[in-house]
Amino acid sequence: MPENLLEVRNLTITPAGAEVPVLDDVSLSLAPGERVGLIGESGSGKSLTALSVMGLLPEELHAQGTVSLQGHGGNLLEANEKTLAGLRSDIVSMVFQEPMSALNPLMRIGDQIAEVLRIHGRVPRAQIPGRVRELLAEVHMPDPDSARFAYPHQMSGGQRQRVMLAIALANSPRLLICDEPTTALDVTVQRRMLDLIAERVAAVEAGLLFITHDLAVVAGVCDRVIVMYRGRIVETGTVTEIFTAPRHEYTRGLLASSDLEATDDRGRLFTLKTALDYAGPRVPTRDSSTDANRATDANRAADGQGGAASATGSAPLIEVSDVTRVFKGRGLFGRRRSDVTALGSIDFSVAAGERLGIVGESGSGKSTLLNILSGLDRPTTGHVRVGDIRVEAASSTALRALRENLQIVFQDPFASLDPRMRVADIIAEPLVAAGVDKDERSARVEEMIAAVDLDAQSLRRYPHQFSGGQRQRISIARALVTRPQILVADEPVSALDVSVRAQVLNLLADLLEDYALTLLFVSHDLGVVKHLCSQVIVMKDGQIVESGATEDIYANPQEGYTRRLIAATPSLADALAATG
Amino acid sequence: MSEMPTGANSPRDDVALDVSAATASAPEPATGRRRSRLRLNSSMIIGACLVVLILGLALVSFVWTPYGPSEIDPVARLRAGSPAHPFGTDRFGRDTLTWVMYGARITLMVGVVAVGIALLIGTPIGIVSAIFAKQPWGMWIDAVIMRANDILLAFPALLLAIIFAAVYSPGTGPAMVAVGIAAIPGFARVARSGTLQVLGSEYVRAARASNRRIPAIAVVHVLPNIAGMVIVQASVAFAISVLAEAGLSFLGLGTQAPVPSWGRMLQESQQFLSTHPELALWPGLFIALAVLGFNLLGDGLRDRFDPKMDARGA
Repeated sequence: MPENLLEVRNLTITPAGAEVPVLDDVSLSLAPGERVGLIGESGSGKSLTALSVMGLLPEELHAQGTVSLQGHGGNLLEANEKTLAGLRSDIVSMVFQEPMSALNPLMRIGDQIAEVLRIHGRVPRAQIPGRVRELLAEVHMPDPDSARFAYPHQMSGGQRQRVMLAIALANSPRLLICDEPTTALDVTVQRRMLDLIAERVAAVEAGLLFITHDLAVVAGVCDRVIVMYRGRIVETGTVTEIFTAPRHEYTRGLLASSDLEATDDRGRLFTLKTALDYAGPRVPTRDSSTDANRATDANRAADGQGGAASATGSAPLIEVSDVTRVFKGRGLFGRRRSDVTALGSIDFSVAAGERLGIVGESGSGKSTLLNILSGLDRPTTGHVRVGDIRVEAASSTALRALRENLQIVFQDPFASLDPRMRVADIIAEPLVAAGVDKDERSARVEEMIAAVDLDAQSLRRYPHQFSGGQRQRISIARALVTRPQILVADEPVSALDVSVRAQVLNLLADLLEDYALTLLFVSHDLGVVKHLCSQVIVMKDGQIVESGATEDIYANPQEGYTRRLIAATPSLADALAATG
Repeated sequence: MSEMPTGANSPRDDVALDVSAATASAPEPATGRRRSRLRLNSSMIIGACLVVLILGLALVSFVWTPYGPSEIDPVARLRAGSPAHPFGTDRFGRDTLTWVMYGARITLMVGVVAVGIALLIGTPIGIVSAIFAKQPWGMWIDAVIMRANDILLAFPALLLAIIFAAVYSPGTGPAMVAVGIAAIPGFARVARSGTLQVLGSEYVRAARASNRRIPAIAVVHVLPNIAGMVIVQASVAFAISVLAEAGLSFLGLGTQAPVPSWGRMLQESQQFLSTHPELALWPGLFIALAVLGFNLLGDGLRDRFDPKMDARGA
C-alpha cells in the first residue's frame, strides 16, 4: 500500500480551561490524489481539523496527536513555523469560505497571485507575469489579461473565489483543502465553482479535502465522505455507501434533512429527529405521487385561506404594477456615473394566503423589491399596493400601518439581532413601537417564544448565547409578534446549516398555517422555494423572467435561465444518480 | 420541544439528537470569545491601578493630610525627603506630599468636568449628525455640523483657554470649560462614526421595519452599541484634560494661588530646578502617572470593546 498523502492520527484538541475536547480522537487518511469530503454542521470540528493540517491553529489551542504529510517526515503539530511555511502552498494549500475577506482589498489580484509564486521561488522572476496569466486562464477567469489588474472589490463573489483557487494552486500543492468554498456563493455560481474545483484538482493530480455542511454539494466532487459530529468522526464511507446505507444515526438525520424532496406524513421536511422514517433519496424518475402530494398540500393551504380571501373581496392582497427603481449614480465630488436600474417594470400580485417565492441570484433586484414592498425604499416609477395602502405615495402614518401588517425575517441571524438587547426586548420591540402596554407585551412575547419552540428562559439571554438556527427562531418570533398578515422572508435559511434548515422551514410552514399568513419568500435556492411556495417568480437583472405555479415552473421551465437555475440546484437525488 | 440555549457563540444548533457518541459531551466547550471576555489585559490592570492610586490620593486628602496645604514651616524650607516630610518641602516650608494630595483633587475635578462637558455635548451632536447623514434630504445638515466640528477641532485647547482667561478671569473654571469644549469634536467624530455603523446594521433595519421611530432607535439601539467606543474616548480625553490643566496652571491660566495644583507646583519649582530638582520631580511624576494611567485604561477598554470581538460570536 502506498504511503498516504495525509495521515491524521488521534488528533485531540482541548481548549485551555475546558474539560471537553472540541476535537476528540480524530483519525483520518487521504491517499495521493484522493478526494475526500469532510461533512458536519458548524462547530463539529471540520475547520479545526483542516487548520491543524495547515498548521494554522489559533495559539491558545493545543493539539495532541500526529499529523503527517507525504514529503515531510515527522509530526506537523510539532513543526516550527519555518518548516510549516515551506510546506504551505508547496505541499498543502487552502481555499477559504469568504473570498472577500480572504483577499487583500488593497492589492491587485495579479499581485496577490504573484506574491505566492515569488515567496516560494519556484518560478523564475521573469516568468511570474506569464504564470499569473496562465493560472487565471486555468480557473476560467474571463479575460485573464485585464483581470490581473482588478481589485477584489471589482469582482463578483464567484470570480473572487476563482482567484482564491488560483492562489491555492499556484505552486501545484499535493493537497488542496477547501473550507466551505461555495457556501457564500449563489447556486449557479456554486455549480460552476464545484466543477472547476473538481477539474483543477484532477488536472494537477492533487488530493482534495473538501469541507462542507451540505451533503448535496459533496456528492459530485468527492469519492469518499467523512462525517463529523461534535468533534468526532462518526462515519466514513464512499459517497454511495453514505447516501444509500448510512450506518450512523446522525448521518441518516443529515441525509434526511438535506432532502427537500422528501416529506413526512404531515407534509413536513425530515429533521434529525424524525429521520427514522426517512426512506432515502429518490432517484429522479418523475415520481408523480410526491408531486401530487405536494400539489394537494399547496392546494390545501390555498383552500384554507380561501375563505379569508373571499371575505376581503377578490382583489389581491399585494399588487405591484410596473415598478422600476433606478439608483442615481453619484461618483466622488459629484462626478456623474451611469445610473443603475435595479428593477425594471415589475408586475405581480399576491392573493391573501398565497405563498410566493421570489428566486434569483444576488444582484437580481430581490432585496430592492423587498425594501420597496416594506416601505423602506420608494420606487422610481410604478405603483405598489399592499392591502389598501398605496406604498409609493404613503404618508408616514400609512407606512406605520403597513409595517404593522407586513413583517420581515432577515437573512443573517447574526446581524439582525441587536447584540446588546435581551431576547425579550428584541421580540417586544415591534409591540413597543405599536404602543402595546407592558403586561400584554410580556404575555405576547411569551406566547411567541413558545410558538417558535424556544423555552421561556431564553428571554433573559442575549443573542450571542444562541446558535444560528435559534437566532433565526428569535427573528421569526419578532416578525410575528404583531400578528401581521404578510410575512416577508429574505433568504431566512441561506445562512444556516442544512440540518437546521429543515427545522426552520418546518417551523415556518407550521406558523404559516397557524397564523394564516401570506408569505413572500425570497431565496436563491430553488429547492427551498419549491418546498414552501405555491407560486414562484424568477428574477434576473431586475426583470421577471418567468412566473407561475411552482409545479409548472419546475416541471416545465420556459426560459433558459430558469432551466439553468433548476439544473444548478444541488439535490441529493441528482448527486446520487450521477455517482451511480 | 424545549431547547436550552447553548453557551456563548455555541456552534451547536437546535439538535437534541441522542447520539451515543455525543451525549457524554453535554457541557459546552469554552470558546475563544468567552475566555477573552474574562481575561483582563495587563495594560488595563496597570491603568486601573494608577487611576485608583490618584483617586485614592484625592479621597484621602479630604480626610487626612500630613499638614495643612497653607501650613508653613519657616525652619524647614526647601528640605529634601525626611520622615517628617516624605516628599520634602517647598520654599515656604509647605509639605510637598500634602500638596500632591490636594493637587489630585483639582486634577480629577478638571478631568471629570471637562470630559463631562465634551461627552454630554459631543456625543449627541455626533449621533444627530449621523442620523441626518443617513437621510437623503439631511446630508447637508450633517455636512454643516461636521464642518463646524472640524473648525472647532482646529482650535487647540490652549488657545481657547487663553481666550477664556482673557475674557473671564484666569481660573480653574474657565480652564475646565475651555478644555471641555476643545474635546467636543473628538466625541462628536467617534459618536458619528459609531452611529453610522449601527444605523447601517441589519438590526436597525429590522427595527425600522417594525415601526420604530428614529429617536427611539437612537436611544435603544445606537446608544448601547456605541457606549464602548465613547467610554474609550472618555478615558483618553481624561488623560488629555489632566495634561491640559497642568499646562494651563503652569502658564498661570488655570488654577490660581493659593489652591494647590500640580501645574502650579511645577511652575513654582522652576527657579529651584538647578538646586532642588525634587520639587519638580513629584508633581511631574504624578502628572505623568495620571496621564499614563488613563491612557492605559483607555487602551485596555479599547481592546475590551473591540468591535471585531463584538460583531458576531464567531
